[in-house]
Amino acid sequence: MLKIPQSLYDALIAHARRDLPNEACGYLGGTATGEERRVNAHFPLTNVDASPEHFGFDPAEQFAAMKAASAQGGRLIVCYHSHPATPARPSEEDIRLAYDPNISYLIVSLAAAEPVVKAFRIQKGAVEAESIEVTT
Amino acid sequence: MQLVINGDARTFAETQLSVSDLLRLESVELPDMVSVQINDDFINRPDYDTTAVREGDTVNFLYFMGGGQ
Repeated sequence: MLKIPQSLYDALIAHARRDLPNEACGYLGGTATGEERRVNAHFPLTNVDASPEHFGFDPAEQFAAMKAASAQGGRLIVCYHSHPATPARPSEEDIRLAYDPNISYLIVSLAAAEPVVKAFRIQKGAVEAESIEVTT
Repeated sequence: MQLVINGDARTFAETQLSVSDLLRLESVELPDMVSVQINDDFINRPDYDTTAVREGDTVNFLYFMGGGQ
């Protein structure tokens, strides 16, 4: 279960829209207790691929986000990216490149009029949906 | 050896560790897919085997993140 405050949920959708036509990407920071993950920070990052169909993180920005998350009492618990024109499910490439077994992978789809946000755990090619609760 | 790994203080029985050794101990199966900083300095991937981690070092590692729709 991923718990995301409404303000941060809105912020990552706004980031996805702002970066159109390209994919947007970034991290969410927070805390993890067992299977419950509480988001408390949003770190939009540069998509170094600058592409409507691909994304990649800048390692220097990744480490800066890690330190910022730590300074806010948490760690990086979610990697997110947007799908400007396809559904909110991991592509074959998303699954193949999901190397971090400890992070949640979140996708914002802007394919329909209303954004769709879904989260997944991906380990060694196995994809498991993770529920999201937007909190006030 | 006392280290700080991704923000957590950790103690290792080993007195000598390379970056590759440390990644193995941290269960990183694909070290080519992680970026490593020691005390805020990036370590080049070809140097993981030969770069020593020293007592008191702060070591951060993060996985490559990328994909496509």
